[in-house]
Amino acid sequence: MRSENVLEMEGICKAFPGVRALHNVDFALRKGEIHALMGENGAGKSTLIKVITGVYEKDAGRIALNGRPIHFRSPKEAQNGGIGTVYQEIALCPNLTVAENMFVGRGRYAFVQWKRINEKTTRLLSSLGIPARPTQQLSSCSLAVQQMIAIARAVDMDCRILILDEPTSSLAEDEVRKLFELMRELKSRGVGIIFITHFIEQVYEISDRITVLRNGELIGEYEASSLPQIELVSKMMGKALGDVAKMRKLEPLAPDSGVPVFEATALSSDAGVRPFNFTIQKGEVNGFTGLLGSGRSESARAIFAADKVTGGEVKMNGRRVKISTPLHAMKQGIGYLPEDRKGDGIIAELSVRDNIILALQVMKGFLRPFSRKQAEGFSDQYIQSLNIKTPSTNTPVRSLSGGNQQKVILARWLLTHPEYLILDEPTRGIDVGTKVEIQKLVLKLAEDGVSVTFISSEIEEMLRTCSRLIVMKDREIVGELSGMNLTEQDVMHVIAQGGE
Amino acid sequence: MRSLNAAKPKDALSNSNLLFLIAAVIFVLMYGFAVLRYPGSFLQFQTFFDLFSLNAPLIILTLGMSIVMIGGGIDISIGAVTGLVTMACAVLLESGMGSVWGAILLALGIGIAFGLLQGCLIAYLEIQPFIITLAGLFLASGLLTTIHKDPINVTMADFVSLRDFKIVIPWLGTENRLGNFIPCEIKPGAVVVVVLVVLLAALMKWSRFGRNVYAIGGNSQSAMMLGINVKRTIFYTYLLSGLLAGIAGFVFIMTTGAGNVGNAAGFELKAIAASIIGGTLLNGGVGNLLGSPIGALTLLIINELIRAAGVQSNFQAIVSGLLLYLFIVLQSVVMSLRGRRKFRIALPPWLQPPWLQGKKKAENQG
Amino acid sequence: MRRLKAQVSHLFLPLSVLVLLIVINLIKGADYFSITVVNGALYGNIPNILFGASELVILSIGMTLVTASSQGQDISVGVAATITSSVFVLFVLNAGNATLLTIVAGFLVSCVAGLVIGVFNGTLVSVFKVQPMVATLILFTGGRSIAFMIDGKLSPILANDISNQIGTVIPGVPIQTPIILTAVFIALVAVLLKTTNLRLYTESVGINPSAARLNGIDPKKIIFLTFLIMGVCTAVAGFIAVNKAGRHDSVNLLKLIMMDAILAVAIGGNALSGGKFSITGSIIGAYTIEVLNRTLLRLEVETETIKAFKAVFIIILMVVASPVVGDFAAKALRWVRFRVDSGTVPETGAPEAAAASDPDTPAKKEV
Repeated sequence: MRSENVLEMEGICKAFPGVRALHNVDFALRKGEIHALMGENGAGKSTLIKVITGVYEKDAGRIALNGRPIHFRSPKEAQNGGIGTVYQEIALCPNLTVAENMFVGRGRYAFVQWKRINEKTTRLLSSLGIPARPTQQLSSCSLAVQQMIAIARAVDMDCRILILDEPTSSLAEDEVRKLFELMRELKSRGVGIIFITHFIEQVYEISDRITVLRNGELIGEYEASSLPQIELVSKMMGKALGDVAKMRKLEPLAPDSGVPVFEATALSSDAGVRPFNFTIQKGEVNGFTGLLGSGRSESARAIFAADKVTGGEVKMNGRRVKISTPLHAMKQGIGYLPEDRKGDGIIAELSVRDNIILALQVMKGFLRPFSRKQAEGFSDQYIQSLNIKTPSTNTPVRSLSGGNQQKVILARWLLTHPEYLILDEPTRGIDVGTKVEIQKLVLKLAEDGVSVTFISSEIEEMLRTCSRLIVMKDREIVGELSGMNLTEQDVMHVIAQGGE
Repeated sequence: MRSLNAAKPKDALSNSNLLFLIAAVIFVLMYGFAVLRYPGSFLQFQTFFDLFSLNAPLIILTLGMSIVMIGGGIDISIGAVTGLVTMACAVLLESGMGSVWGAILLALGIGIAFGLLQGCLIAYLEIQPFIITLAGLFLASGLLTTIHKDPINVTMADFVSLRDFKIVIPWLGTENRLGNFIPCEIKPGAVVVVVLVVLLAALMKWSRFGRNVYAIGGNSQSAMMLGINVKRTIFYTYLLSGLLAGIAGFVFIMTTGAGNVGNAAGFELKAIAASIIGGTLLNGGVGNLLGSPIGALTLLIINELIRAAGVQSNFQAIVSGLLLYLFIVLQSVVMSLRGRRKFRIALPPWLQPPWLQGKKKAENQG
Repeated sequence: MRRLKAQVSHLFLPLSVLVLLIVINLIKGADYFSITVVNGALYGNIPNILFGASELVILSIGMTLVTASSQGQDISVGVAATITSSVFVLFVLNAGNATLLTIVAGFLVSCVAGLVIGVFNGTLVSVFKVQPMVATLILFTGGRSIAFMIDGKLSPILANDISNQIGTVIPGVPIQTPIILTAVFIALVAVLLKTTNLRLYTESVGINPSAARLNGIDPKKIIFLTFLIMGVCTAVAGFIAVNKAGRHDSVNLLKLIMMDAILAVAIGGNALSGGKFSITGSIIGAYTIEVLNRTLLRLEVETETIKAFKAVFIIILMVVASPVVGDFAAKALRWVRFRVDSGTVPETGAPEAAAASDPDTPAKKEV
C-alpha cells in the first residue's frame, strides 16, 4: 500500500448474470492527482465507479481508502466516507437557489439559516472561483456553473476523492477552461480526482495519469506525459475480438458513379453538431468512426432529422428535398436504427410483429392498416431471414434478448426497403455470431444497391464493411479515409492527430 | 467572451417569487378595482376581515393543497374530508356527549386518519395520487352521508358561544347608514387562518421539511441523491394536507354552525385553482405559501365583483374556469420562456424596468 | 385457440371481479338471471344493467384512448356530456316539431360541440403540454355553468315521442334503445380500430413517445386525435343520458361519472400511465361497476354508503395492482420457486432490478 495513494483497488471483479463486467481490475488514485479513466462502451468504467461509490457490491477484490480497507454499502455511506460524485446529469434541484443546493439534504438542522448558508456559500464559491451568487436560482446559471456548484458541494462535504463523470459533455470551450481551473485548484488542495471522459484532448490537458479499461479488464495505467495519443487510442480500441474470419471486402464503387444517393451540405442540428457536409453513393457503405462522444450519433440523427435540424440543405438523388421530421426522411427512403435501443428503438410492450411492421406501416399511412395476415407474413419473413429467436410473433419485444431486439429493429427498417440505411451501433451488446451476421447483411445490402452508413465503436467491424470512413473527434469531422488508407493504424492516427 | 453566468446584474427572481409577485399584483389590482367600483361595500375594513373569516376553510385547504402540489402531488379528497368533519363534529356536539374540545380532537383525528392512509399509499406504495385521493374523496363523502343525511344545527351552548365569539376592534370601523359607528369584528376563523398562513409559510420557507418538499418537487431523483428521504417527506405532505382538512372542517362548522351534506363540496377544485392562481405550479417545485391566501382571495373577490354587478352565481363557475385557464396558460408560457432563458416580454423599451435594460446591454456587449 | 387464449388472458382481472359480483348476487337471490317481458320488451337484472351502464360504457371507451395516448385522465367527461346534451336540447326545442330528422340533426350538432371540447382539451395537452388531469380541470370547473347558460338557465324538458323512445323502448323492439345504441357505438369503435392504425399509433405513443417519433408518428397529433374521439364519446353519452331523463339538468347530469370511467379503465386492466390498451377490458370494467353499484343496492347498502364501499374497492384494487406490491410478489415467487427447484436460496436479482429499486442510483446511460 503506497502512502501517497488515497484510493487503492486491487483485483476487483464484478459479474452480472451472463456478463463479466469487471475482471481483476486494479486502480489507484494518489492524493492531489487528476486521474483519467477511459474506455469504450461496456469497458467497465461505470461499473467500477459504482463499485467505488457503493452502488454495487464487488464480487472479489479489495478497496482501501487511505490505507484502510473499506466497504461501502450505499452511495450515502460513500459520501460520508469522503467520496464525492458528480454525475453526468446534474443531480441538483433547478428550482432551488445556489446556496440551498449546496446545503439541502445535509446535516441534522431543523431550520434553515438563510443568512449563514448564503455567507458560507459566497465564501466557498469565491474560494473556488465559481461565478455565481448564493441567492440566484440554480436554473438561471449556465450548465457549466451548475456543474461547478455540484462539485463545490462535494468539496464542501470534505471529499478527499472526487469522481467526475463526463463533466464536459455539455460544456463549451471557455466553460471547460473554467472547470479545469477549478479542478487544478482542488488538486492543489490534495483532492484526488477521477475524471471520466471521452475527449482525448482534454485528457491530455488536465490529467496526470490515465487508466484504460476494455471489456472489463485493465489494459494499463500510464503517465499522461509519457503516453503518446496514438498509443492511447490504440489501447482503447484494442485488438480484434477473438478469431473472426477475414471477410471479403467490397471494392469501393467506381468513383462518382453519378449523383450521390444522399448529399448534405452544412447540415447542423440542435444537438450540438457543427455544420458538416456528407455524401454517400448508391451501394456504398461508409461509416462514421471515432470514439464515443465524438459526435457520430448526433451526425446520424441530424441526417434523419431525429434531432431538430437547424441549418443546411439536403439532396436525395440530386434533388433538393426537405427533411425536417423523421417521417420526411422515411418517405425519402432513409431508415435509421438508433443508438439507444431501449429508449429510442423498441416499443417495449408491443409485440415483435408490431415492432417489425411499425415503420412500414407508418409510411403506408394511418388509414391503411396491414391485415393480420400481411403483418404476420412480414414478421415471419424477417424472423426467419434474420434468425430472430422469439417464442412467437406476439411476444412483447421486451422479453427478447438484446441481440434479438436489435434484430427486430433491423427487420423493421429492412422491411421498408430503404435506399439509404443508417445503422448506429447495430452490434453493440450483441454476441459475436450475431455481429458477424449483421456485418454480412450490410455487405449484402450494398450489393443490392442500398447505401449504408455504419457507425460502430469497434474499428474492425467498420474496416470490414465500409469502403469509406469519416473520422470524428470531439464533435467535428477531422478526416476521411478510403481505399488504401483504410487501416486501423490510419484511423487511429487521424483520431490522435486530428483537430490540431 | 461569453459571460459564464447568464444571471441579471441584480439578483434573479426565483420562479416561486416571480409567480407570487404576479399573483400579488393581480390581487391588488382586483381589490383596487373592487374598491373603486363598489366603494360602498369594498372600502370597508369589515369586508376585508369578512373575506378572511367567511372563506377561512377554503384558504386553509388551499394552504394544504399548495404544500402537496409543491411536492409534486395532488390531493382531491380535502373537500370531502372537510365536509365529513363538519358533519361528524355536528353529530358529536348535538349528541349531548360531546364537548367543544372533543369536537376539535375528532376533527383533527379524522383529518389525520385520511392523511395517514393516503400518504402511506401514495408515498410508500407509489400509487398515483389522483386515484388514491379520488378514493379518499369517495370514502369521505360516502361516510359523510352515512353518518347523517340531514343538516344539523348545532345548538350546544359552549359551541354557540364559540361560534358567536368575535374580537372587536374598537378603533377601526365604519359608519352605517344610520350614522352609528360599528366597530370591526374579527371572527375566530380569520384568526385561525392568519395563524396558519404565518406558521405554514414559515415552515415552507425555513424548515428543513419545507425545503425538502421544494427540492423533491423540483427534481425528485436529484433530491434522493442529495440525501433527502423522499418517501417520508411526501408522506408528511399528505399527512399535513389531511390535518389541515380537519382544521378547515372545524373552522367551517365554527363559522356556519351547522353540519350539512353539501358542506365544502367542490372545495378541492377551488383549492387547486386558488393554488395555481397564487403562483403554485402544477408540476411542483414552485410555489409560495403566501400566495395561497392571495389566490383564494382573488378567486373570491372576482366572484364578489360579479355578484355585486348583479350577475348570477351561475357565472361564477365559468369565470373560475376561465381564470384557471388563463393562469395555466400564462404559467406554462412564463415557465417555458424562462426555461429557455430568453425572458423577453414584448414591452416597449420605455416600459421596461431598468434592470432588464441593463442586462440587455451586457448581453450585447458580451 | 392459443390466440384466443392470449387475447382473453388480459381480461382476467375484470372478468374475475365480474364473476365474483355475479356470484354474490346469485347467493342473495337465485332469480338473478330472470327476465320478464313487459309491453313487448325485456326487463330484468341483466337488461337493466346493460341499460344503466350505457353512458358509462361509451365514456370509458373514450377514456381508454385518452389514457393510453396521453398517459393521464380526462376528468371533464361528465361536464362535457352535459354541455353537448344542452346543445342538443337547445337545437331540438328550437326546431319546432321534434321529428326524427331534427333529433338526428340535433345529435350531429351536439357531436360538433363535442369535437370543439375535444379541440380545447387536446390543444392544452398536446400543444401546451399540460397534464391531462389538470387541463381538463378547467372545463370541469366552469363547464356546467356553460351548459346552464345554453339551457337558458332552466332545466328544459324534452318531452316528445322520439326522445321517449330513445330513452326507453321503441315499440316492437324487445331490447331497450340505449342498449342498442351502445352496441352500435361499440361496433363503430371496433370498425375504427380495425380499419385504421389507431391502436398501433396510440399504443406506441403511450409506451414510448420518442421511439414513436423516430418511426414517423407525431405524438402530438395522436394525442389530439384521442381527445377528439373523447369529445364525440361525450356527445353520444350525453345524448343517451338526456333522452333517458327526459329533461336536461345541468347540475346533476352524469355527475361524477368521470370517477367511474377512470375506474372502469383501471379495472379493465389498462395501465393508467398509458400504453397498451384494451377497449374490451374497459367495457367489461364499466359493466362491472354498474353491477357493483346494483349489488350494493341489492345488499341493502344505502345509496350514500355505496360511495364509501366503492372507495375501499378502488383502494384494494390499486394496492394489489401497485408496482411495489407487484415487485414484492414477484420476488417472493422467485424465492419460492428457487427453493423448490434447487433447494438453495437464490442470489439477489439482476443488477438492473437492484439498481432500479436502489434510491441512490443515478438514472443515467451506461457509459
